[in-house]
Amino acid sequence: MALVIASLMAGCAAGPAAQGDINDPNEGVNRAVHGFNKGVDTVFLRPASRVYGAVVPAPLRTGVNNFAENLEGPGDVVNNILQGRIDEAGTNTLRFAVNTTMGIAGLFDAATFLGLPEGDTDFGETLHIWGAGEGAYVELPLRGPSTTRDSVGQVVDLFLNPFSYVLKPAHAEVASGAEALSIIGDRYKFGETADSILYDSADSYAQARLLYLQNRRFELGQDADSDDTFLDPYEDPYAE
Amino acid sequence: MPSNLFNLTRRGFVVGGVALAALAAVPRMAFALNVDQARGLIDRAIGEVNDTINSGQSETAMFGSFERIFQQYADVATIARSALGPAARGASDGQMRSFTQAFQGYISRKYGRRFREFIGGRIEVTDARAIKSYFEVVSVAYLQGESPFDLRWHVSDKSGQNLFFNIIIEGVNMLASERTEIGALLDREGGNIDALIETLKTI
Repeated sequence: MALVIASLMAGCAAGPAAQGDINDPNEGVNRAVHGFNKGVDTVFLRPASRVYGAVVPAPLRTGVNNFAENLEGPGDVVNNILQGRIDEAGTNTLRFAVNTTMGIAGLFDAATFLGLPEGDTDFGETLHIWGAGEGAYVELPLRGPSTTRDSVGQVVDLFLNPFSYVLKPAHAEVASGAEALSIIGDRYKFGETADSILYDSADSYAQARLLYLQNRRFELGQDADSDDTFLDPYEDPYAE
Repeated sequence: MPSNLFNLTRRGFVVGGVALAALAAVPRMAFALNVDQARGLIDRAIGEVNDTINSGQSETAMFGSFERIFQQYADVATIARSALGPAARGASDGQMRSFTQAFQGYISRKYGRRFREFIGGRIEVTDARAIKSYFEVVSVAYLQGESPFDLRWHVSDKSGQNLFFNIIIEGVNMLASERTEIGALLDREGGNIDALIETLKTI
């Protein structure tokens, strides 16, 4: 385990990958993990999501997702503070307070209704703000597409959320259960898209990798403007 | 938590549905392009897309509308050539024509299947600006039951007409995605473009 973390951190220190580049030195391993993840989806997640979607009514599924999302609120606030984004820390604190009370333990997203928009963040973003490059692309077992930086972020986030220290074991089980159900719920909600990526693409590994990296860079504000590989097909060498 | 296989779907779903609506973008116009015109074009195009989405037409009819709009308003030849990547250099004119035709059908079907996600939704243009040699029109898509998401249109007049050539959904761009997909299909066919064309017709 120590070795894994050390190698992850080494990857992190490798500096930012150039915009638009795909840095995937462990593609062989990643593809094997992708095969495993796809298998898990085929035999478990996809069928489970269909049952879940058929049995549990939509408002209840939304409530479960809201509940799971709300539990991440305090972790978001800690990250916002570490990022120096005090305004967002304030918004996320208020969101958590409103949704936990008015939103009945987070089942309803009252805050968004009141004009306090969702402000998801994570320790991977904090590392980005601190100057860490994304490192290499990684496909994690069960968790899917990531990078060395974002993998480290996921591990740290487990410890960063104040909830992980205050919840009694029984409550922690409820929290884990809600998170698992929200994943199944998302798989149901976006089923057609997930199917099209995993089962209809000629190379689902490459599609998932491209999608993750582009979307993540967009989320982190590494915008298209600075991206020279952002395709201009009229200047593209292939275009003539 | 941005990164798990299943969160990926949350972002990916957008690609399918929105791209289709985006394909319905830019009416052809004779004058040279500037920011206001690019924005105006997308504004009007989105109006048409919104009308189609909310027209109450049958699935099949809506699919047909989107396909016609794509054929008419996107720079299909350029998108197809870019998707084919380096292999386009070695292709004959005849192969490129057949490929473009097959690609157009493939794209229309692929994204057409996803239109359902748009019913009851709307797209609003919020900004437009020049980037390098083309224009980017920024819009926000509101889908039922979803958080609003960022949808950008790249518009150029380099083909001799004002047409869009790329759609970027929450940072994920259609050209790159299709280049990956077409590249993988071509690999599967051992680099044989004619075989690729036949395969595209069946997808």
